Parts: sequence; structure tokens; C-alpha cells
Amino acid sequence: MSTTETGCSSTEPEVTGGLGYDETELTLGLPGAGGSKPSETDRKRGFAAAVGLNVGAASRGEDCGARSSDSSDGSVSGAIKRSAAKAQVVGWPPVRSFRRTALRSCTYVKVAVDGAPYLRKVDLEAHGGYEQLLAALEEMFSCFTVRDYPDERRLVDPVNGTEYVPTYEDKDGDWMLVGDVPWKSVLSFFLSCFLTVAAVRFNMLRA
Amino acid sequence: MTYFPEEVVEHIFGFLSSHRDRNVVSTVCKAWYRVERLSRRSVFVGNCYAVRPGRVMARFPGMKCLSVKGKPHFADFNLVPHDWGGFALPWIEVAARGCPGLEELRLKRMVVSDESLELLARSFPNLKALVLVSCEGFSTDGLAAIATHCRGLRELDLQENEVEDHGRQWLSCFPDSCTSLESLNFACLKGEVNACALERLVARCVNLRSLKLNRAISVESLARILARTPHLVELGTGSFTVEHRAEAYQRLIHAFRKCKSLKSLSGFWDIAPRCLQAIYSICPNLIVLNLSYAPAIQGADLVKLIRHCFKLQKLWVLDCIGDKGLAVVASSCKELLELRVFPSDIYGTGTAAVTEEGLVAISSGCSKLNSLLYFCHQMTNAALITVAKNCTHFTRFRLCILDPGKPDPDTNQPLDEGFGAIVRSCKDLRRLSLSGLLTDKVFLYIGEYAAHLEMLSIAFAGDSDKGMVYVLNGCKNLRKLEIRDSPFGDAALLENVGKYETMRSLWMSSCDVTLGGCKALAAKMPRLNVEVINDRDDSDEMEENPSDMHKVEKMYVYRTLAGARNDAPEFVEIL
Repeated sequence: MSTTETGCSSTEPEVTGGLGYDETELTLGLPGAGGSKPSETDRKRGFAAAVGLNVGAASRGEDCGARSSDSSDGSVSGAIKRSAAKAQVVGWPPVRSFRRTALRSCTYVKVAVDGAPYLRKVDLEAHGGYEQLLAALEEMFSCFTVRDYPDERRLVDPVNGTEYVPTYEDKDGDWMLVGDVPWKSVLSFFLSCFLTVAAVRFNMLRA
Repeated sequence: MTYFPEEVVEHIFGFLSSHRDRNVVSTVCKAWYRVERLSRRSVFVGNCYAVRPGRVMARFPGMKCLSVKGKPHFADFNLVPHDWGGFALPWIEVAARGCPGLEELRLKRMVVSDESLELLARSFPNLKALVLVSCEGFSTDGLAAIATHCRGLRELDLQENEVEDHGRQWLSCFPDSCTSLESLNFACLKGEVNACALERLVARCVNLRSLKLNRAISVESLARILARTPHLVELGTGSFTVEHRAEAYQRLIHAFRKCKSLKSLSGFWDIAPRCLQAIYSICPNLIVLNLSYAPAIQGADLVKLIRHCFKLQKLWVLDCIGDKGLAVVASSCKELLELRVFPSDIYGTGTAAVTEEGLVAISSGCSKLNSLLYFCHQMTNAALITVAKNCTHFTRFRLCILDPGKPDPDTNQPLDEGFGAIVRSCKDLRRLSLSGLLTDKVFLYIGEYAAHLEMLSIAFAGDSDKGMVYVLNGCKNLRKLEIRDSPFGDAALLENVGKYETMRSLWMSSCDVTLGGCKALAAKMPRLNVEVINDRDDSDEMEENPSDMHKVEKMYVYRTLAGARNDAPEFVEIL
């Protein structure tokens, strides 16, 4: 069975490909079917959708898709309906609320700004996109302002004009520029890989 | 019958530690009943509604330790509405009047208000231990009262409670004269704690052996604390967020090296993989290791650590450890008695982390294993049969296949044979949780072979009433039966009504039991409380007088000497 290492690497192309979230999303429909945007019924719903997280329903990893299509119950849509119904189940899996909330709060990531004396923590889930995240960071590190560039927005230190670009360290230890990857991909990546969120930091590096 | 003087009988009873043994001897004759009740020091009440507090105090005037449990087990998974009941206040009020010499109080799954804690703090001058597990309803104000008034407190153990944060001052309420603490666990608190007060407290409590910090305690503070408490046996770290190059980290490694008595480690909130090195020096002595709140740790990092833990008896991890990681556990931890593998990916959007392979590996390396909780994505009959052959000492076996009703992926068969092998092979099995695709057959096996089974948890299993009947008729020692989403109805419920008086409780939710069936049960068995719990969401749609054919969403049945309870909310109907 795939270990977490190979499991997560299967998402790498998705995350770093720079494609639109919808285009890279794995679906259970036939290739080419359904037009450019996969319809709701073609996506396998996970618990994320059931609990109201607006993550969309990336079917992550080849084994999820493979297992459903191999199910003796037959049709792929049957598997989807089953999993959609399953997604509504209260109290399943039987994990104590304490544990659920303890692991859920991993959507907080640390933000460090070069030269700032202390770090701040920001809840990724609380923001709908990079714009909002940047605005929140601007507020937290209020000495900085935001300057617009054609492709990105940067925080600027008004005193000396130094510009900062937000970067984050992913699970491989590589520093990635925030904004390359569609927000929803990043968020779903964070949310589904609880194991890596705690190790992710946003570091504002001097541009 | 030989007649012994009462003092001799009492002396003999002193060797009976288990409350069950004491319960049994008290039924032999009136003389023994009298001697036993006057000499019992430790009382266990498994269901707070089975008996009135006053009756307990009256029967056991010499009581020094009291344990009470409240809500049914499925409350842990949000199946019991929030204000169902289980209030601690009546117990504390009655004990305050009838048993002021109380020394230890243990409460589990109860609603404990700040008012109760304040009353507790003021009423029991000899209180030495307070243990609250999975409770709710109190805040740090209640803890402040405990800290302030309980002189001589030795143990304050808060496990997985929902505690409202009203500020950090509570810890400072331990007076400077307090030096008696031996065990302090506040890992479940969400808020900040006065770190300086904590450091001074642990420094002056020279007998402190167990300390479990919460997430708010920094690594810097931990290093300072460990420097003052080198004799700690159990440690729960706080937030382990630190740069491995930082000075604080170096100080921490140094402090850990000095703690030669550490046998149990937990906490590790937010720990980064590189920082696990800090505890390498302790690993050879570790008996208990809980890394189940460290989602950033992956299999490869854990493996480096586990290889050194050859004395380990109890291991709690997340499924990030992977099948390969479990194989390393199997080859390194030959003394392992208890393993819990929790899911890191509760919302189901990730990939498989552990499967039947990990469990088979564990079973082949750790033959002493007696307690298992295993969340996995799939299981096969062949694997379970192998596990049953390798590990015959299971007393607790809880398997949770995350996909409800999932068959053996190799054969597409139900898992009846696999679980059947477990119950046949593990003759001392006391607790069992089932999952996966299961027919009535598995219950036939359970009824026939699980002679010592005391607690059975069933979800999405069975085909017909026969399944439940096999269990009720077969398992002579059954005490707790909890069933959800299974096709058992009135016929099963009413087949063996006398059975429920030999059990503590029965829970059935989303089954086929009807209101009429529940009423029939209540009518036949007056010494049972049959509670019908209606979901709040449905209550608007429910008619004023639902017909007897109406299926009951949630039912909780328990034997009781106290009659219908008077603190039930409107959505609970006691038939």
C-alpha cells in the first residue's frame, strides 16, 4: 500500500503545475466528458465537503479513484452516491471531538517577517484567497503597506522601500512563492495533509 | 459455615481490590454485606443514573474514593445531544453532606459546572485527587477554586475535557505553601498559563512525578521546568515549536538528558520532525509514548525514534506511521502491550496510510499485545485470521475501517470470518469494536465464543434481528452494548428483556426499533429506564403524539434503582 510519502507526492504535479484548480482536479468521469468544468455529480465527495469546508472535492491519490471504480457495486456513480451519503454520517469515524478539534486547528500557520521581532499566526481557512491573506498580513504587520504589481502584490516597508514577497516552506523544505499555486489547491493541500501544515511557515523574504 | 469474627472477615476483605469482587462477597450473607459496606473505601458507580447519590453515601459511610461515570460512550462521537444530562453537582452536594472525608473523586463524561468545583473545593478538606475525564461545563474559574482551597492536593488530572478559558490566573492560585502535588495534568486546556507561576510551583513540589503541559507552554519554559524537575516519570510536553538551531532547543536536549527517570512521554504539539532528536536519549527507558497529536511527524521520522524504544509497552501514533513504520515497531518493541493508531485524515480527502499489512506486521512481532485500537482504510479476513493466530492475549480489540460497511478488498467477502477468528482465539477478550461489511454470522460467532466479552460496539453491521439476538443470548458477561445504523428492530429488542437487568446499558441509534417496541420494553421491565432521545432538528417536524410505528432515532436503556430521572431535558422521553 502506498505510504504517506508516495501518497503526498502524487499531489505534487497538481500543486506545482500552476494550472487552474478545476483543470487539475481528478474526477471520476470519463476523460473528455462533461466539458471543461467537472459537474458536481462527477466529483467524489469527501468529508471536507460534508463538513462545509469550501475546499471542493479533489479526489486525491490514484488509489481512491481506483478503488471506487473497481467496486463490485458496479457503476461509478453508484460509488459516488454511496460516498456522498457516507459523507453525511454523524460521528463517523468514531474519533473524539477533542482529537478532531486538536488536529483541525492545524490550519494555523506561522508567519515570520524578516526583521520583525516576533512571529504571528494566521488561520488559512479564515481567508478566501491570497488577496485577503495579504490584507490580513498587512494588518498584522501594520508597519508595512501593500504595493500592487502586475502579477502579484507585495508588502512594502515604507521607511526604506524594501519589498517583501510572501513565501512558504512546503513539506520538502523548499521555499515556494505564494501566489504561484491557485489558492484552493494550496488550501486543500494544507487541509488534507494535516501532517504537513504544522511545518509550513510563511516567511516574508526581502525581494 | 465457619464463623469468623467480623474483624477477621474485614481483614480478609482488605485484600480484595476489585470493586466487583467486593460486590460479590457482599451478596453472600447479611453479616458479610454489613462488614463489606462498612469497610469499603473505594466506590465505583458506572452509571450516575443507576443509583441515587444518597443511597451510595448511606451504604458506604467509610467511602474515601468515588468514581462516577455519566454519559453513554457514544457521546464521545457527538451522538448524544449536548444537554442530555450527567450532572456532577448532585453527587458533589450529597457527598459534601454525607462524606466530607472524601479523598479522591473521579468523574468521566459528566457535566461539571464551576459551581460544582467551587463546592467541591470548599467541602472536602482532605481531597487529595481530582480526576476529570471527557467532562465539560467548567472553566478555569472552577480550577482556580480547586487550586485555592484544596490544601494537600496531590493529583489534579484533566484528561480531554472541554474547558472554557477565563484567564491564566488559576495556576497562580496554588498558594506558596502548596508543596504536595505529585501529578498535574492540564494538557487539555486551550488558554495560556502563567509560566512563571508554573515554574515556581513545580520547583517547590518535590514529589512531582507526572506533569502534562498544554499547548500554550513554550519550549523555553519546558526547558526551565525540566531543569527543576529531574525526577519526573511522566511528561506531556507543551508546544514543541522551536528552531532546531535555537539555543532553547539545545537547552532542552540537555535538560532531557538529565531526566533519567522519564518513562512516559506525550504532547509534542506542533513538533517538527527534526526536533524529535531531543528525546533520543530517553527512548531506551520509555514505557509509554504518545505521538498522536503530532501530525507533522511522518513515518520515516518516527521510525528513527522507535528503533530505540525497545522497552515500549504502550504506543499511540497517527496513521502517518504507515505500514512500513508499523513493521519497524514490530521489530523493535517486543514488549508492546497496547497500540493505538489514530487517523490523521479524518475528513477523508487523503490517501491510505495504514492497511491490514501494518496490523499483520505488528501481530507477528508483538505477541504480547493485549489492547488494540486501529483505524485503517481496509482489512482482510486473511489478515485478521493471521493476527488471531499470532496474538491470543487480546483483552481489547477495536478495529475501525474508515469506510463503513467495506468488505474484504481481496475477496469482496464480509469480515465475519476474520472477527470470528479473533473471538475464537482470544479467550480473554473483554472489549470488541466491529467495522467493515458484516452479516449476522459474525454475531453468531461472537455469541458462541466471546464468553468474557463485556463491551461490544456495533456500527453498520448485520442483516436481521437474529444478529442482535445471538449476542444477547450468547455473551454471558455482556455489560455494555452500543449499536448504531444496524437493522435490528423490536423483535430483537424484546427477545430477551431480562438480559438488560444483567447489563449496565444498551444504546441503539439509527436502527429499526420503534416507539411501540420501546414502550413494550418499558412496560415489561420497570427497573429499566428506557430513554427515547429525539434529535432537536426533528422535533419541529415531529407530531405531538408520534405513532408507535414511528422509528426511534436514539434509545438508551439502563438498569436503575433510582427510577426515572428528574433532570431530563424535553427532548428526552423516559418511558
